Parts: sequence; C-alpha cells; structure tokens
Amino acid sequence: MNIIEKILARASEKKTVSPGEIVEANIDVAMTHDLTGPLAIKSFREIGVKKVWDSDKIVAILDHLVPASSVISAGLHKTLREFVEEQGIKNFYDVGRGGVCHQVMPEQGHVRPGEVIVGSDSHTCTYGAFGAFATGIGSTEMAAVFATGKLWFRVPEVIKVEATGKFQNLVSAKDLTLNIIGKIGADGAIYKGLEFCGPTIRELTIDGRMVLANMAVEMGAKAGLIEPDQKTLDYVQARTDKPLKPLKSDADATYEKVVDVDVSDLEPQVAVPHSVDNVKPVSEVEGTKIDQAFIGSCTNGRLEDLREAAKIMKGKKVAKGVRAIVIPASQEIYLNAVNEGLVRTFMEAGATVGNPNCGPCLGGHMGIMTDGEACISTSNRNFIGRMGSTKSFVYLASPVTVAASALTGKITDPTKKVQ
Amino acid sequence: MINGKAIKFGNNIDTDVILPGPYLVHTDPYELAKHAMAGLDPEFPQKAAEGVIVVGAKNFGCGSSREQAPIALKFAGVKCVLAESFARIFYRNSITIGLPVLVCAGVSSKVNEGDELVVDLQNGKVENKTNGAVLQATKLPEFIMEILDDGGLIAHLKRSIGTNE
Ligand code: SF4
Repeated sequence: MNIIEKILARASEKKTVSPGEIVEANIDVAMTHDLTGPLAIKSFREIGVKKVWDSDKIVAILDHLVPASSVISAGLHKTLREFVEEQGIKNFYDVGRGGVCHQVMPEQGHVRPGEVIVGSDSHTCTYGAFGAFATGIGSTEMAAVFATGKLWFRVPEVIKVEATGKFQNLVSAKDLTLNIIGKIGADGAIYKGLEFCGPTIRELTIDGRMVLANMAVEMGAKAGLIEPDQKTLDYVQARTDKPLKPLKSDADATYEKVVDVDVSDLEPQVAVPHSVDNVKPVSEVEGTKIDQAFIGSCTNGRLEDLREAAKIMKGKKVAKGVRAIVIPASQEIYLNAVNEGLVRTFMEAGATVGNPNCGPCLGGHMGIMTDGEACISTSNRNFIGRMGSTKSFVYLASPVTVAASALTGKITDPTKKVQ
Repeated sequence: MINGKAIKFGNNIDTDVILPGPYLVHTDPYELAKHAMAGLDPEFPQKAAEGVIVVGAKNFGCGSSREQAPIALKFAGVKCVLAESFARIFYRNSITIGLPVLVCAGVSSKVNEGDELVVDLQNGKVENKTNGAVLQATKLPEFIMEILDDGGLIAHLKRSIGTNE
C-alpha cells in the first residue's frame, strides 16, 4: 500500500484498503478557525450533543481577520472564545498567541506523521509535508467530528510526483510547486491523493516541503504527502512529546500515474490571473505593472521566505506607488524576524510589516485591492476577487520574485535584475 | 424528481466567486444567499429565486472549504447542481447541507442556458425537456442518498445518534 492507504487503513482499523473504498476513520486532530469555526459551533449545537468527543484533540485558531476587522468579526472571535472555554479546549490560539493556522499547527506540535488530521480550511493539506493524512472539510462536517470523532473518506487514487535535479540560484519550492500545478492542472488531481517524492524533495527544508503540500488542493487533491524522514522527525520531536507512529509507502505500492519533474533548468514561475494553473515562466510576464506586493500567508510567510526576501530588499527601496506588505505567518516567525533584523530591513525599504494573520490573502483584511489594481503575492490563490475587487488581479510567485517586483513596481525576474 | 431551468457556468468555478470572502462574516443563510455568485453575476440571486438547476463544467466549486458557498446557492433557490466534475470539498459540503450534486458526463454540452431539466436523483437520470436529451449521471452511493433524504448531515446525525426529540 502507499502511505495514504496505510494511514487510512490504520485510522479505520482495517488491515488493507484500496482506492474507491469508503472508510470511516478515527480523527486524531481537528482544527478550526475564526471564519469557519462559528458555523461549525452553530451546527454542533443543532446536532444536540453537549460535549465534544475529545477536547484535547481540537485546536482552535484565530487568524483570518486578526485582530478583529469589524464588529461582525469581533463577534465571530467571541463565539469561538466562549466555545473553547465552555468545552475545555486548551489548544486555543487567540490574537497575539499564534498566527496563520497552517503554520501554528505544526509549529506548536499538533501535527504528527501517520495521523489523520482534518481542518475546516482547504489548506489543511499543508500537514502532508510531515507525512500526515490531512484534508480540508466544511463547517458542518467539522461539527460532526466534534460530536463523534469520526468521518467518512473515499480512499483516493494516488498520483506520484517525482522531482529530480538541483535548483538554480533563487529558484525555490514555490517555483517547483507552481510548475507542477501548471502541469497537472487545477482539476488534474480532483478527489485524488498526491505523493511528492524524489531527491529534490528529500533535499527541501521543512519550510519548502510545506509549500508543496499547501498547494496540493490547488490541483483539486484531497491530500499531498511527503514521506517522513529524519528532517521531519527532528522538527516534530522538538515540538511534541506524544509518541510518533510514522508510516511510509511500500516499495511495491500502486499509483494511478507518475509525473516527473526536473528542476535543473526551472525558471522562476508566475501564476497569472485568474487561475492557479495559468503558470508561466517569469520571463513571459516580466514588466507587468503592479500596485501591491504581498509576502506572507500559509504558503510563504515562513522564516526562510522572509530571509530570502530580505536579502533581495536589503538596502533598497520599494518602488514609488507600490505598497509592499510583509506578514510573518506566526508569532514565533515574527519574533525571529525581529531578532534577525529582517523586520528592520523590510521597514527601511518602505514595506509595511503586519501582525501574523492571513492578511490580504483572502481579501478580508489588510491590503484589499480596488478596481484595476494588481498584486504580486506569495500566497496560493489568484481567483477573481480573491484580494478584493472582482476587477483586480493577483499574480502568484515566490518570495524572491515578489521582493524583486516590489523594488521595481513591475513583475521582475529575481535572478536577473536585482543582484 | 427535481425540475427547473438551467443556469450554466464554465470550468473551474471557484468558491471565491460563488461566495466572495468578505461575505463569510454572515451566518444567516438568507443573507449569504443575497451574494450567491457575486463574483460572476450579481443578478444571480434574482434569476435563481424561482428555483433553478445550476449546470457547471469541470471542477465546479474548487478553492476554499467554505460551506457558505453551497449554502448561498441553496438558499438563493438552487435545487441541484450538475457538473462534469466537482472539487471534493464543495461536493462533500453540498451533501452535508442537503444540496443534491450529481456528476453528469456530457451535461455541459447537452444543456443550454434556460433549458428545462428534470433530475431523478435516485436513478441518476437527467432529462432535458427542451431538446429531449437524456443523460446518465453517476448515481449517489446509498449512504449519501440517506444523508440527502434526511435533509443533510445534521438531521442525519440527530437521527443516528438519537438526539432527535
Ligand atoms: S493564509 Fe490564505 S490560504 Fe492560508 S489559511 Fe489564510 S486565507 Fe487561507
């Protein structure tokens, strides 16, 4: 069996499972946040169960509109605060305590290889970077998990993505991820699982692996996993005392197909509006004017990303007329960025550095665009209206491409111009 | 049997256009319904009010996990969604909230905007009254039909856990 089949088999107390089979799995961890949590709570109350199945297995995080952006969002936060209090949920990350949910979850030791994790957020698949089966569900399904601790899954067919080659300077995991999405397509892995393998993946840092897993859902995938190795165990063991039960694919595991990618000659990539699979090498879109540059989100708001972006921006100035917004993905990253002088670098360049939260990524708060504006962003979606006006434009790229573009006011190849 | 006029959409209709992020702060389904499809067609709620069937192409409902997207459609008047394929979270959410969704090969070419459709959920049959085409959709598994018959996952759980008074 492959890693996904093994995890689902164990979680549903079966010896083997195969694609197409529907199983009922025991849930190890359930995560919810300020935008989908209140609806889950409302549904939970409607079900009529008084107590959640296991208060230690639930994690609640305020991150989408943080600090509260309006009276309504303040109300959503209050709903969640009252619920965790009432239910005795200790794993609650309030304003100033956590950051973007998908960063906080692994960072605070809530993600472990071999486990089944659900979140009422589509990018829950990020935890696949640690060899967990993690997937997004809706609010009412989350309520069902709160009540029963179980959920049905269809065992997916799995596509294996095998990456080889060494990256050129300033080309990174984000470029590889966008390239894969361009190849597989926004609907190429609907209802399927992805397993990212190969020497290039092994070489990636944890931060880099999280970018790949994060965007699995952008191909329609249910989950995107990377086999746990020593790097994974080192990261996880430093953050949790719980025993680990990692699983790996068998050598003779079956896959629906194998997609090969060689990164040796890969150029920086950009996903152009309004679809994530509309991916082009940066050379084809160079010179496109931008009004805003965003470095942050659950895709690329990590320390490694901020370090790389700061290297590009150090001693330089953000172009006139451009708003550069930098948002570290968590309190821990923010503090490290302060200590390493990265925040100073960004501020001296003329960027705004915001508190950890989702920021403009979903157009809810901090950096919403009006008609006709364009943003180059390290986040994961460029759908119509994603960052505000339905007449605005979002380009997706790596932290260094976004940083270089912020300095020139146009989409810029970081490997050529700004060195 | 479900019947209604078809309103058609293309490939990769994402949940950000079905219900844009800023409206997620609402919890009242009828408030959400006022903004259904706001990212593509602000007139949609008026058009859907009489009860319609949405016809999508590939990857309908991709993107965020927001359950508010199918809720907005359902409360705007959408009785059923037919598509060549669905994004999985949208698909699950629709069933959860009691909005029937059927994977129906050929639907995007055999149905035009405004055609009168009749959908037989039990058997997965879709009939186009306007041009006479009959399509076979993928039948829903038994346990999903049970959830839909109960009116969604909450009602289904109430019945199975026994919290139904
Ligand atoms: S950063 Fe963006 S994609 Fe990530 S959880 Fe927040 S809104 Fe979703």
